[in-house]
Amino acid sequence: MHKIWLIIKREYLTRVRKKSFIIMTLLTPLLLAAFMILPGLLISMSDETETVMVLDESGLFEGKLENKKDLKFVPLAGTLEDAKTIYQETDNTALLYIPEMTLDNPQGFTVYGKKNISIQTQVRLENILEGEIENQRYLASGLDREMLKKIKANVNLTAINLSDQGEKDNNAIITSVAGVAGAVIIYFFIFLYGVQIMRGVIEEKTSRIVEVVISSVKPFQLMMGKIMGIAAVGLTQFLLWIILSFIAVTGVSAAFGVDAAPSPAAQYAAGQVAAQGEDLETEDAAAVDNPQEQDEFASTLNDVKQSFSNLPIALIFGCFIFYFLGGYLLYGSLFGAIGAAVDNETDTQQFMMPITIPLVISFIMSYSIVLKNPDGPVAFWMSMIPITSPIVMMVRVPFGVPAWELLLSMGLLVAGFIFTTWIASRIYRVGILMYGKKINYKELSKWLFYRV
Amino acid sequence: MSILKIDGVTKTYANHTALDNVSFEIPEGCIFGLLGPNGAGKTSLIRIITQITGADSGKIYFKGERLKPDHIKDMGYLPEERGLYKKMKVGEQLLYLAQLKGLSKQEATSRIKTWVDRFEIREWLGKHIEDLSKGMQQKVQFIATVLHEPSLIILDEPFSGFDPINANLIKDEILRLRERGATIIFSTHRMESVEELCDNIALINHAQKVLDGPVKEIKDAYKTDTYQVIGNGQLMVTSPDFEVLEQHSNHGIFRANIRLLNNTSPNDLLRYLIQRVEVHSFVELVPSINEIFIRKVKETTQHA
Repeated sequence: MHKIWLIIKREYLTRVRKKSFIIMTLLTPLLLAAFMILPGLLISMSDETETVMVLDESGLFEGKLENKKDLKFVPLAGTLEDAKTIYQETDNTALLYIPEMTLDNPQGFTVYGKKNISIQTQVRLENILEGEIENQRYLASGLDREMLKKIKANVNLTAINLSDQGEKDNNAIITSVAGVAGAVIIYFFIFLYGVQIMRGVIEEKTSRIVEVVISSVKPFQLMMGKIMGIAAVGLTQFLLWIILSFIAVTGVSAAFGVDAAPSPAAQYAAGQVAAQGEDLETEDAAAVDNPQEQDEFASTLNDVKQSFSNLPIALIFGCFIFYFLGGYLLYGSLFGAIGAAVDNETDTQQFMMPITIPLVISFIMSYSIVLKNPDGPVAFWMSMIPITSPIVMMVRVPFGVPAWELLLSMGLLVAGFIFTTWIASRIYRVGILMYGKKINYKELSKWLFYRV
Repeated sequence: MSILKIDGVTKTYANHTALDNVSFEIPEGCIFGLLGPNGAGKTSLIRIITQITGADSGKIYFKGERLKPDHIKDMGYLPEERGLYKKMKVGEQLLYLAQLKGLSKQEATSRIKTWVDRFEIREWLGKHIEDLSKGMQQKVQFIATVLHEPSLIILDEPFSGFDPINANLIKDEILRLRERGATIIFSTHRMESVEELCDNIALINHAQKVLDGPVKEIKDAYKTDTYQVIGNGQLMVTSPDFEVLEQHSNHGIFRANIRLLNNTSPNDLLRYLIQRVEVHSFVELVPSINEIFIRKVKETTQHA
């Protein structure tokens, strides 16, 4: 055990001290922070108050154009020519000209600007004018707009699971997000660090250090030490990313005075509002201008928070750690075996295929089938087979999986990685001392039964 | 007392036999030459001794005990294909390899210090291996092999890649290690260094041991009672007791290789010669290990 520990320590320290590791670890959270902050920053930069001068010859809008936080109206009197002259002397955004008109035929609105007037401002003015005309038409026809709003229905389905454990609030989208996030992390971790194991083994093999080392330790110890050392590197990197991302995002947003980046929940909520069939074009203006819709937004946000708190967080987290490590160990030892079987990295392609295919398939299936039908037969079998279960089961867990299925899947995964580690160690111990030989599958299968 | 006893070791790979019932003993405190042409099975045998691989059958005893994993820390192995972690610093690398052999950190650190001082390479400790020349890397690897003061040191082609100066340095170190009681197995197919260094040898060809024993005894056994004579005069050997194998003559000076037959002694030959010619030099022709090696390899290859 002492020797495995030495190997783990070496694998860990040499990698963690590499420049590339330090740069990647520091840069990624900064990029993440930049991605989250930049849009907000850009919006807030354009967020200056615009002042629009209004020459209303119709008199329909007198006193009706309310000032907003970022949009002010300044009424003017006189002729259009006078108004233009006055406008020219100011820094105001635009001059809105409303000619003589009736409610029945509101035509001839014109907006003058010194520079191009942004589409956003144009749409916003159009919305305000439309709203006001509609208001006045309602009044003229004797209908109360407030009354109409009360009549309008807004339906938001809350899905409840009627399971053995009683009722469970179930929001499919939140649940999916939680599961897929876990699956994506596992997927990338296996690839990123599995390839590192492979490279490490190839490096030891081509630099011929391996013969010196395995005259001191068992090949199995060397392989496991490397796999575990690299796992520790990966965990360190993820942990640092989480901590540094948090610091970077809060730090940067505090420094720039921007609201902290939209959390996934808020992003999701925005999507939900959009998905409710609202007219997207008017939404920007409407959401801000209309207090009732803000309430709706807030209530959706609360729904999201509610859904999150209803998820079995402890279970999901526990499963994540288990499938994360299980999947990594299962694939990691195979990556190690590939590294041992070849002489250089270009020869790895043919052996990489059978490893990448189940990973990619389980990833694609997670999106296309498992998410839609988390309890279907495809989902069931793929979450049992050890080579696909780390990803597929992670997607299923937030939806609720019967305990026996979960335990069976975990048991099979443990059996799976013991099996792949066994295979890998057989290939490894032969392969690391084999040079200059083109290896094929037939040769590899023979190695399994070599007496060494 | 033998430090290593190899008893009937056989090792076969899928399509060829690497070692076929090989047995010999290595006395403690000697420099032992393990000789054989390329592909004879030397490296296979070394890998079995260092427990990198296992034998199919046969037994190996180390200091009288059956070979077991614990013995590894008492062996040092310098493989023919040298290799170190390229991205690691010299000091860290030596420390790591010594710790893998079971040395404590303090012990290893202090021994590294003595060795780098002796080789005058202290300033390399902080350098990465990839920044060193090949010869420098070999020195580092030699230190790594002997740092834990093993009682059995196995060197596979130790002089390949060294310039003559460094080769001499390593040679002196090998002799010094023997003085301190270590046994050195020295695997090579280059014979020049063998006669100079080795006390005992074993010769392996085609997976089989063809010869082993102390260098002196082997040479004696391969003596052919042949003497080289250089002298002045016309040499005509007519006696049936002596056979002339080779004779050249130049400006009255002759050189002849003469073998003794019928249990005659060198003195008989001298007496016979003195009566006929003027003898300037009289030397016994002892076969070099190289000649024995080539002869044996040819013999066994023909048989095989």
